[in-house]
Amino acid sequence: MASSHGTPPVFNNKVVAWIDHRLPIFSYIEKEYHTFPTPRNFNYFWNFGAIATVMLVLMIATGIVLATNYTPHVLMAFDSVERIDRDVPQGWLIRDLHMNGASFFFIAVYIHIFRGMYYGSYKAPRELLWILGVVIFLLMMATAFMGYVLPWGQMSFWGATVITNLFSAIPIVGESIVTWLWGGFAVDNPTLNRFFALHYLLPFIIVGVVALHVVALHVHGSNNPTGIDPKGPQDTVPFHPYYTMKDGFGVMVFLIVYAGFVFFAPDYLGHPDNYIPADPLVTPAHIVPEWYFLPFYAILRAIPDKLGGVLAMFGAIAVLFILPWLDTSRVRSCTFRPIYKWFMMFLVVDVIVLGICGSKPPEGFWVPLSQLATLYYFAHFLVVLPILGKIERPLPLPPSIADSVLKKKAV
Amino acid sequence: MRKPFARNLLVSGAIALASFTVGTVAIAAGGTEHPPHRHWHFQGPFGTFDRAAAQRGFQVYQEVCAACHSLSLVAYRNLTELGLTENQVKGLIKDITVTDLNDEGAPVDRPARPSDRFKKPFPNQAAAAAANNGKAPPDLSVIVKAREYGPDYIYGILTGYVPYDKLTPAQIKEFDVKKDDNFNKYFPGHKIAMAPPLSDDKVTYADGTKATLDQEAADVTEFLAWASEPHMEDRKRTGVRVILFLIALAGMMYAVKRMVWADKH
Ligand code: HEC
Ligand code: HEM
Repeated sequence: MASSHGTPPVFNNKVVAWIDHRLPIFSYIEKEYHTFPTPRNFNYFWNFGAIATVMLVLMIATGIVLATNYTPHVLMAFDSVERIDRDVPQGWLIRDLHMNGASFFFIAVYIHIFRGMYYGSYKAPRELLWILGVVIFLLMMATAFMGYVLPWGQMSFWGATVITNLFSAIPIVGESIVTWLWGGFAVDNPTLNRFFALHYLLPFIIVGVVALHVVALHVHGSNNPTGIDPKGPQDTVPFHPYYTMKDGFGVMVFLIVYAGFVFFAPDYLGHPDNYIPADPLVTPAHIVPEWYFLPFYAILRAIPDKLGGVLAMFGAIAVLFILPWLDTSRVRSCTFRPIYKWFMMFLVVDVIVLGICGSKPPEGFWVPLSQLATLYYFAHFLVVLPILGKIERPLPLPPSIADSVLKKKAV
Repeated sequence: MRKPFARNLLVSGAIALASFTVGTVAIAAGGTEHPPHRHWHFQGPFGTFDRAAAQRGFQVYQEVCAACHSLSLVAYRNLTELGLTENQVKGLIKDITVTDLNDEGAPVDRPARPSDRFKKPFPNQAAAAAANNGKAPPDLSVIVKAREYGPDYIYGILTGYVPYDKLTPAQIKEFDVKKDDNFNKYFPGHKIAMAPPLSDDKVTYADGTKATLDQEAADVTEFLAWASEPHMEDRKRTGVRVILFLIALAGMMYAVKRMVWADKH
């Protein structure tokens, strides 16, 4: 599709034409973001890729400003973050944007992932596009985890201790790996320093992977709510102005909700304990990670064995990598999969239940519940998906995207 | 700088053991009451600090809490944000002396300046702990943000003491309360190393407000809420403007989007 349209654009501006003749960035923009043929039937779920990109840029912009004022030293980090809040002009704004930006970046990406799963966007020929997405997700998790350590509060310190300690579960070399990660025999100044360096580095690697993600996207174009391929120009619209304007609107609505948190509840998504300076001698009553890690934290703790827990936690993400091959159905979109649609919804409920379990102390009724939810999570991918694709009878697919749009209008 | 390996190991072992014990104690300490909810002037999307209450609260902090608690992130000059003039601030700190170094590098005492951070009552954590039965009083700079239930909890702690003879035998047994322990309804584990710091008429307010225990506790909480987030009013004001702007922009984008799509629907 992307390759299907004709003559290269002509630029009237001489400078633009001169540059483009030597370095065709303007042709690229023209082709990939202007005339790029895009299915005409997107719903608002298709806004979240653009929203995630805006959040990534925002995180890097605010992060660089924070980094110019932050001190990565165990004795000074906490106070330096407080000084950003108090003494740096508009520092509180930059910090609240960054702190809540991480949460909203994850919200956007979780919705984006759900969109991909519900509409079968991971299926051929978009497997690599999907895998690059999972790589971005992993890098984001690493970045956010290390960022949370930087303010060096109680949750920073104990979160870092718990998570790095997981590697000690690896047989034989585990302990050495942990010592190597820490740069010593406990989470201490060397740990903070390397986390800061990596927290600065990883977002730029994310930018690189996002670029690959977009390149892969533009080979076969976007999927759409029907999951069927566009068959001709009547099924598509040029990306600009149709989707630039729709994305622009979606981004604004998202930013309104985000601003609501930044300005009126900046600490709502955080944990009060992280305003207590890190103290290696006092363990918080409950060590909990940021909300966006809670489902995975629940899976980690659901398995009574440490190594087993670690493997399950990483396995929960690993299954996403092979998702394109676990799903045996010919049909992409859940719109036409009457049974799988409900399994998909139930998976969302399951992940939310896991999130709640992750926020509770691992005792009483929460333990069996998180075990059940973990079991279901894996069963969804490893049992339901492969079998259901074979036995489910999909609904009849519309002949084309244009058809489905026109039919909807007639109703 | 290089520490011998064995010592490192010993230190980390000791730390691990200590944190384990403290951790289990902290976990066992669950099951305390939630502090009752009070209305605070600074609550809600348009709430502001009650300047008069916060100024009285500063007086309470200065005359009572400052004997034990530092407020190391706040400078005296910041008090102008509570409506005091520079001269008033200078007047308030005229009797405070702080330690500094003279040109020869020798420690000297000098009068506090508005740019100084609030004077610390103890030179270090160990000294603070030693003077308080082994528990260092925490710095109060961000205390309102650092506790669940924020201001309600701080107010709860200050007013939630139960004298030994008012405790039920069951409570005494369950929490192993001794005669000279301080029992607090809202403190996790109930036994708190801080003796009740406030009582009726602990201070004499300059503005004539009657200094009841409740009044003092509410005032000092208002002051500490300000200290925890001095820019709160600015944050909310900016927020109203940003959100109105974004709503206008979203409305415009929506109109444009409708226009662009008109021929496709
Ligand atoms: C005589 C010294 C002393 C004075 C005066 C004092 N405190 Fe404390 N305070 C302490 C000590 C010691 C602790 C630590 C208690 C513990 O952890 O058991 C503490 C703890 C606290 C805590 C934290 C409780 C928690 O949840 O960890 C708050 C809040 C507090 N004090 C507020 C105040 C306020 C407000 C005042 C002034 C009205 C004040 N204190 C006066 C010694 C004092
Ligand atoms: C993928 C994008 C990013 C994510 C998800 C992310 C996430 C986070 C998180 C969760 C925190 C802790 C916030 C808090 O509780 O205070 C944080 C802090 C921080 N980040 Fe980032 N970050 C990103 C990009 C960046 C970049 C690019 C930089 C620097 C160039 C940066 C610099 C900092 C600094 C200095 C802090 C400590 C200050 C503070 O805690 O407020 N971040 N980050």
